[in-house]
Amino acid sequence: MIHQNFLPVKAHIKEHPAWFYRFDAVWTPTVLLLDSTGKERVRLEGYLPNNDFVAALMSGLGRIAFVHKEYADAERWYGDLVARFGNTHFAAEAMYWRAVAHYKATNDHTVLGKVAEELRNTYPSSVWASKAIPWLH
Amino acid sequence: MGVNWSRDVDQTLAAAKEQFRPILLDFSAAPA
Repeated sequence: MIHQNFLPVKAHIKEHPAWFYRFDAVWTPTVLLLDSTGKERVRLEGYLPNNDFVAALMSGLGRIAFVHKEYADAERWYGDLVARFGNTHFAAEAMYWRAVAHYKATNDHTVLGKVAEELRNTYPSSVWASKAIPWLH
Repeated sequence: MGVNWSRDVDQTLAAAKEQFRPILLDFSAAPA
């Protein structure tokens, strides 16, 4: 997963303290996902179990695609996350952004009402269900 | 499967631009 999708680089507090200062890393573990221009797109602070970590990386790839207006790729990453890691902490967020990516690609606003219902039914206590409330009919 | 980590941020940033690939930058304090 990591090698297929990222160039991985490690900064150890004893070997590279200047990099901690340069990237505002104030705690370990911290993982930053940078896009190909070097711009930070995702910051993960603290330990995550393996499934949540992989889900977080998929969410990050979706985010990177989204901000570069590659909406089909973003929708695919978020959709894969929901399908494979629906029981992780990142699933509700991915469900939300999958719908937004679809809307941005197609201008079909009906997907937003549908995802609001889906979030209310599947992840009712998540903040993402709350964020989708304005889309409920 | 182990990850083959680079230890050079600037070299990795340059490679990312060339290859149009994202970077995973892991800050650690764990014993080697």
